[in-house]
This record gives sequence, structure tokens and C-alpha cells, in this order.
Amino acid sequence: MPEALDQHVREMMAWHFGPDTGCPFWLAWAGKQGWDPREEVQGFDDLARFPNFDGEWLRFEQPEQWVPQAFVGRPYNIFETGGTTGMPKQRIGWDDYKVDYESFGDTLSDDEFPRGRNWLMMGPTGPRRLRLSIEHLANYRGGSCYFVDLDPRWVKRLIVNGDLDQAKAYMEHVIDQAVMILEHRDVAAVFTTPRLLESLGEKVSIPDAGIKGVFCGGTEMSPQNVRFLVEEVLEGRVAFKPVYGNTLMGLAHSKPLVAQDNFSVTYYAPQPRAVTRVVDPNRTDQVVDYDTWGRVELTTMTKEFFMPCFLERDEAIRRGPADGYAWDGVGEVRPFGASETKIVEGVY
Amino acid sequence: MSIPLIPAYRFGETYESLDVTEITNFRSGDPLARVGSVNAGVIRRDLRRIDAAFTEFQKSSVGQMLAICARAADLFMQGDVPVSEGALQSPQDYVEMLSATGGLPHALVRGNMEKIAHVLREMPTVLKGLTRGLDVEQLQEGVWQQDGLTLSYAPSTTHLGVVLPSNSPGVNSLWLPAVALRVPVLLKPGREDPWTPWRIINALLAAGCPGSAFGFYPTDHEGADVVSSSCKRVILFGDAKTVERHTANPNVSVHGPGYSKVILGADEAENWESHIDLMADSVVHNGGRSCVNASTIVVPAHGRDVARRLAERLAEVKPTSQDDPAAQLAAFLNLQVADAIEAMLNQGLGTPGAEDVSEPLRGSRVVDCDGLRYLLPTVVYCEKLDHPLAKSEYLFPYVSVVEIAQDEVLDWIGPTLVGTVISSDETFRRASAACADIDRLNLGAVPTPTVQWDQPHEGNLFEWLYHRRAIQVVS
Repeated sequence: MPEALDQHVREMMAWHFGPDTGCPFWLAWAGKQGWDPREEVQGFDDLARFPNFDGEWLRFEQPEQWVPQAFVGRPYNIFETGGTTGMPKQRIGWDDYKVDYESFGDTLSDDEFPRGRNWLMMGPTGPRRLRLSIEHLANYRGGSCYFVDLDPRWVKRLIVNGDLDQAKAYMEHVIDQAVMILEHRDVAAVFTTPRLLESLGEKVSIPDAGIKGVFCGGTEMSPQNVRFLVEEVLEGRVAFKPVYGNTLMGLAHSKPLVAQDNFSVTYYAPQPRAVTRVVDPNRTDQVVDYDTWGRVELTTMTKEFFMPCFLERDEAIRRGPADGYAWDGVGEVRPFGASETKIVEGVY
Repeated sequence: MSIPLIPAYRFGETYESLDVTEITNFRSGDPLARVGSVNAGVIRRDLRRIDAAFTEFQKSSVGQMLAICARAADLFMQGDVPVSEGALQSPQDYVEMLSATGGLPHALVRGNMEKIAHVLREMPTVLKGLTRGLDVEQLQEGVWQQDGLTLSYAPSTTHLGVVLPSNSPGVNSLWLPAVALRVPVLLKPGREDPWTPWRIINALLAAGCPGSAFGFYPTDHEGADVVSSSCKRVILFGDAKTVERHTANPNVSVHGPGYSKVILGADEAENWESHIDLMADSVVHNGGRSCVNASTIVVPAHGRDVARRLAERLAEVKPTSQDDPAAQLAAFLNLQVADAIEAMLNQGLGTPGAEDVSEPLRGSRVVDCDGLRYLLPTVVYCEKLDHPLAKSEYLFPYVSVVEIAQDEVLDWIGPTLVGTVISSDETFRRASAACADIDRLNLGAVPTPTVQWDQPHEGNLFEWLYHRRAIQVVS
């Protein structure tokens, strides 16, 4: 994999910094650096030549700045990050989400996520990549998808303002809509967040509602949370697929849980399209040792989007390669600084 | 003894959470226990099945529960009871562990143990006080005849949630009558004191109590919030802000600052010296940490003399080693709390009209002893009745002394958990009895922390858990 990754990096440098293919932002950036990434970046390790990608660029640069020359004239999707307040980070795209979710769809078992059956997505839709992605996944596997929206920005504002009653009422409203769908429509698979899944389980027996598989992500899932969801909310009768992802990365798959994992979930980024590393928060050019906590760094490299060395607002345990994933994983992802400060993740 | 893993307990089953936190000896930092902290969802899930636990627990009779409580009292005081899988905890282990994690000296831990065991042992008396003499063993009958009346009581709730503090093990005595009344309890222990509720639960289980009586949930803030916001009846402990937040919720009984007081009537004005020991006991009992400790002394005259003599008496109270049987002060394991209290007091003393009478006798209020931080007893004489320190309460032996005419005192006192009124003046005693601000009234020379267990304390738990219904029976 390292050579394949290095080869992919070289192709991406040629694409994003080639005047006929690169986007205005990166071409302008390279013009001011005095060095040519196409020559000096010959492998993944050379990406250290780039500074940490500044997320503010995604807030304040116009979307057109990110359109590669090769995509000029083709309308794009604008996707925004999750629970952000203020001006959101935006990523434009065309087909990446389809590629990511088809790749994920190919890993799903037909018993757990039956082909031809319908899905329910309960969670943040709106301007997020996730909404189109889940629908594409359902379609890719031969089904359709019902949606119940939850606006995390509103939930976050309610919580920050201490309006917990309204936050709970809003969640009830969301869950009630999902229950209604489950009662009246044929649904076999669900995508939602851990907290919403738990709330759904308080209203209905999820396996008895006909759900075979749940694909879950969006917020922190500690081993205890995973165990609780698997054993109690899903009653040990529904397949559970945790994922880690966002608008900027795509979708990291989780290694199937086995007994010795003790419900500790490890995610593997979809290399070479995206690469995660767990780095020392104080020396972000250095990865931490295996089984050690550090900050998650994300590099995304597709023809649509190049984002080197972006420091996520997450921390995780660095884990080694696993079957099917010949590269490092990130375990027990949680908000950066979660052990020291209270993070508002919201009820979703 | 190896480090115990204290689990959660879910109505009959122990549950070892994968999220384990350590509690440590606050002096050495050595781990003393690992505690399985459950996610809030576990509590929410258990609340969904609480009706089944209630139904199961109600199959026991009150008579059986009274016998179980009596046996549990002995086990709690003298027995080796389970603390984790395959490990037992002796009474001495309990005393040492709680002292090391909570800062209470051994003597005060034992005092709190006695209080808890007394409530368990004397539960028939406690219930008699709470029910005003009902034949509680008839509760399971639903309808019965007593003193020529047909009575019927129905449960008002299927459970009682309790959010416990870390700094006062004796408060566990407050929820015990619920168990005797066959109402399941959901307990969220304080972070530094999982020991006490867990030992009580295990003593009761060993004595034959059904597992359906208990949910025990070491948990985080979200979990505590589930207990306080989702249980139908809740007891919780907190500061004035916590009290204010829940004051409009009739389902929550908040135990906050007590602002307990000793009040001398005009007829006792010249007799003040004979009450100094009572005042000192009221201030310093249990390290001055309880809501029943007196935080204000109200006298009609000689206020400065009372303050000075009380300060002399309290200046004898010094920090000593944790295992000294005569120890009276509790250490602050969180130094920031001690420093914050010190800062608040100094700020208050900066307002004219108050004097720290203890200062010349005591020197610095903050002292370190044997590696631990203490706040020494402090008596403040408040010349001005509206001084901010006149009606304040802190987590150490602090008391203000104010001078006020007898006919004005009851209008001035404000909320008073325990009021000890020392006077033979029948008019003043009647006025005190009519004063709505006093929750528990001691008429006569009774130290404020003295509890008579056949009297209700801070609301009537029985009337909160059961309600009397109108009943008419035609045979």
C-alpha cells in the first residue's frame, strides 16, 4: 500500500498543481511558495511540506476557487460541515460521495443490509453530503430511502442557551416522525446517530420493527456506548456498523467488532482517497505510538478536492492495520480535548 | 486488599461498565477503587422497566422490610459486605477508604455510619414519625381499619431518584425509608463517595432485601441529569443555585444550604454563657459540613461577648491526623474549594459592619496539616443585620453572631432548616411555632444537628411517596 499511496499522491500533485487541471486556489497558493509540489512531493511523507490545511479557507473562499479546471462548466454540489455555527465550512463536489458510498456499500452483508429493501435516514440532512450519500447508498443497494431531518445547528444553539426542554422536545418530534415511518413503511436498514438510535429504541423495539442493520455515525461512540447500543438498544438482534466520517473526508469504515475488541471501534479511512493519522497535538508533524491517544489529522486527495494535513477537531487512539485495511486506523474517536473539557455535541 | 471495581447495579444485576474511572487517595494519588461509570442511556433504559421492579418489590411486606433493615444495620456497622466481585469490605476498610477519598477523619466517618445504622435499626420509629402513627405494616393491604377509620394509601410513584453528594455520607439516611416502604430507589453516588450507598445496598441485599429495590449508577453529568429530570420523585443535594433551579418543581426535593440557627429569647439574654457549648456543638458537629449545622447565632443582647466566647471555645478545635479519634475537622480535597471559600469570606469581611472575632485567637484561617488543607472555625460578629455574612453558610465550621430584639427576630431570620429556640417565654415559643420560615423547630436547648427520628426531616418522604385516598367500602 505505501507505494500505491505514494503513486496516488504523485498523481494528485500533478492534477491539483497542473495549470490545466488544478483549481484557482491551489494554483495561486503554489505560485506564492517558491516550490513546485509536482516536483518536491513524491510520496505521502512529502506532504509534510504543506502547512496544516486551514479550515477557515473553506469558510471564506468562494466555492469557485475550489473548482479544478477539468470540472469547469459542470455544476457542482455544495456540502457543508455538521454542527457548525456561524459561516459553515463548505466543500464542493461532483461524484466523490458516490464513489465513497458505493465502496462502503460493497462491504455490507446482504443479510444485514438486504438488497432491494428500503432505508431510513434519521439525522442531519439539509446542506450535508450525508443526505445525498445515504440516498445513493440505498439506491446503489437496490432500495429507496426515507428521511427524517434533524438540524444540529439548532440543537446546538438550544443546548448552549440552556434550553434543554426545547432540545428534548425537538428530539421527540424527530423520533416521532421516524416511528411513524417505521410503522407505515417497509424499512430494513437505518442510518442515524447514536443518540437518536437510543431514543428510537425507547419508543419501539428496533428489531421487532423489521430493522436488520443499522449504520451509525456522527458523534462520539465510547466502547460503553457501543456495547449499550448493541446489547440493549438493538437487543443483540440487529447488525451494527459504526462509521466515522464527515463532509471533508468521506467515510471511514469500521473493522468488524470481535470479542477481544471489547466494543472499542476502530475506523479505517478510504485510502488512498483519504488518509487519517493520529498525531501528537503538540508536534503535529509526528504520529503518536500505537495504542496512544493523539489528534486526528486528515488528508483528502481526490480529483475533486485536495486538503492536506487538516487537523480535525477529534482525538483518537492510533491503531494498527487490520484485515482488509493495510494501513493505520483511528480508534475510539471523540472530540478533541474531551477528557479535559465539556464539549457540546448535542442531543443528536 | 486489591483495588476493588465498584460496578453499577440494575435492579438485581450488577453491571460492569466498560467506562471505568479511578478514585484516588487525595493525598497520595494512589488509586483506591475503580468505578464503572454507566452512560445515561443505561439509566433511561432502566427507567423504562421501573414498573416491573416496583411490582416485584411491592411483593415484600413492610414487616419483612423492617426486619431486613434491622439486620442490615448490623451488617453495615460490623459486617464484611461485598464491595466488588469476590471481594469483601470490612467496616474498617470502609472507614479508611471513605476518609482517604472524601477528606473526613475516621471519627466523623464513624459518626455518619452510626447515623445510617441508627436509621436502619430504628426504622419502625422513623416510619411512625413519617406516617404520624400509621400501622405501616398494613400498607400492602391497601385498605385497613385503624382507630375506627377506614384508611387507604396508594403509591404516588414507582421509584425515587437520588443524586448524592460526595461530602456527607450521613445524608444517605434520607432515602432509606423509601426502601422500607417498598419503593425502588435509583441512586447516583457522588464521585468521591460511591462507598456509602454501595455498602448500604450490599448490607441490605445480604440481609435479604430484593434486588428490585435498587438501581445504583455511578455516572457523568448527563446521567445525573437523567436521574434528576426523569425520575418521578427526586432528592438531590446542591448549593443555593441548585435549589433555585428546582424550586418550582414539586417532584424534586432539593437539599441545599440549611441556614440553621440558634436563637436565644430575651429571657435567656443574661444566661448566654450556659449555652456556649450547645452553640459550639451546633457549629462544629460533623465538621461543620451539614445543612443542620448552625450558621447563625441570634441573641437579643451581648452579641459581641457571645461571639468572643464562642470563638474561644471553637479555637480549641484544631486539625489533627485523620485517624485521631478526637478529630473534628474535615479536610478539603479540592484545594480550589477551600481557596474560594477563603476568598468569599475575605470579600465579605471587606464590607464594613462585620468582624472576624476568631482571627486574633486563630491566626490564618487556612492551614495545612499532615499534608491536608483545612479551614479553621470562624466566628464573625455582624454589627449590621443586612451584612452579607450575617446569613451565610460555608462548608466548614463558620457561624455569624447577630444581635436583634426578640420581637424582630422571626421576621428577620429567613429560611431556616433547623431553628433551636431557647426561651421559656410562651408567647415567643408560640410565635416560633407559627413561623413558616423554620422547617424543624427545636424548642429548648437542643443542638441543631440533633435529630429525633420520629420527626420528619426536610419534608415528609412518606407523604411524597404515598398519598391518602378517599375510600368508601360497602361489604
